[in-house]
Amino acid sequence: MRLYATTSQTVGPFFQIGLQLLMNADIASPDGLGERITLEGQVLDGDRIAIPDAVIEIWQANAEGKYAHPEDSQPKPIDAGFRGYGRVETDDNGFFRIRTIKPGRTPGPGGSLQAPHLEVTVFMRGLMKRLVTRIYFPGDAANENDLVLNLVPEARRQTLIARECGEGVLRWDVRMQGDDETVFFDI
Amino acid sequence: MIQTGDSALTARSSMEVYGRPRGGTQPEYRHLPYRSCEKRHPTHALIEIPHTLSEITGPQFTLEDIRKSSCDLTKQGSGEPSGQRIVVGGQVLDEDGRPVRNSVIEMWQANAAGRYMHRWDQHHAPLDPNFPGRGHTLTDDSGHYRFVTIKPGSYPWSNHHNAWRPAHLHFSLFGPAFATRLVTQMYFPGDPLLPFDPIYNCTADEEARKRLVSSFDWDTTIPDIALGFHFDLILRGRNATLFEE
Ligand SMILES: [Fe+3]
Repeated sequence: MRLYATTSQTVGPFFQIGLQLLMNADIASPDGLGERITLEGQVLDGDRIAIPDAVIEIWQANAEGKYAHPEDSQPKPIDAGFRGYGRVETDDNGFFRIRTIKPGRTPGPGGSLQAPHLEVTVFMRGLMKRLVTRIYFPGDAANENDLVLNLVPEARRQTLIARECGEGVLRWDVRMQGDDETVFFDI
Repeated sequence: MIQTGDSALTARSSMEVYGRPRGGTQPEYRHLPYRSCEKRHPTHALIEIPHTLSEITGPQFTLEDIRKSSCDLTKQGSGEPSGQRIVVGGQVLDEDGRPVRNSVIEMWQANAAGRYMHRWDQHHAPLDPNFPGRGHTLTDDSGHYRFVTIKPGSYPWSNHHNAWRPAHLHFSLFGPAFATRLVTQMYFPGDPLLPFDPIYNCTADEEARKRLVSSFDWDTTIPDIALGFHFDLILRGRNATLFEE
């Protein structure tokens, strides 16, 4: 008999207690390879009110496009010490900041290559189960042919692409509702 | 099933993917009995995407990552915390019944009086200096885990008039992939508040709901020390039927 996955429940308002230990705003070590970026953003609800009790988790490949995971068998160099995992909570004004590196391209459907992207999980009080989205990089020519990005209606695609916001600083907001509601994925 | 053209189908046959949830066993994002959902649920349908290497890999943690914590929540202060000592344990399995090994579990909870050690918890019940209320563990080679803790109290919340959460523990699991991430809550058998809790009652499927309730367990009950409760967690499994279709 096949089992089925346990029902998800909200992370609630007091998640810092349990999730603090694995908080990590610095995904790349200081001497790690790759183009360094600071990613900043704000999480907003349907009334455009800042959400001060959200958690953002990031999963990404290294600068060569290799994941630190046994199932990534690509013959690409491993970056020692680069795990590719980040977790931050929003502050009282809904802001978060993560420092990392731009990942390389990773394999996509049907032998394609994906554009550089960060995988994102969002949790918050009031959210029954995780939301999944992605962050892509502005001005990257590979975005054009990314098969996942191309599943998104063109008018909504910009919600997945961070904005250049100063030297090495990218801005990416999460809007739960509204005209520019962030695109979330069913994975 | 996904209809995204030939390229996605190729990806599915060349790469195992994780199964989608069985209907009714997961909550909808728009679950208005839980008031905070109203402005915090997406209004657009989610866009279904094929599983790429990005989704079937995920962060892996070791004992080293959680060594600053412990799976015994009764030993984190300078003295004994107040309340009924309990042992909570079980197995983490995937949907095919295979153990999920060496995987981190994060757990947090209110104290025996129903108060969290958190700056935002204004419930005027006593804090317990000997009970921070969080623990971490790694599943063993057979997917088993075990926490020693205190039975949490129920606590009031502002969702509706005279709203009280049933006693619960919060669980966070990663599993082998980005796709298997799970945050959930465990409840206690016979809790009179369960029928009234909008968070517990979030699924159409009643069986799925009931599986969030642990069972009393003589086998892990420690004589003179602690009551045992059994709680298994199931993470998404590989979609093995893919190749038969
Ligand atoms: Fe709680």
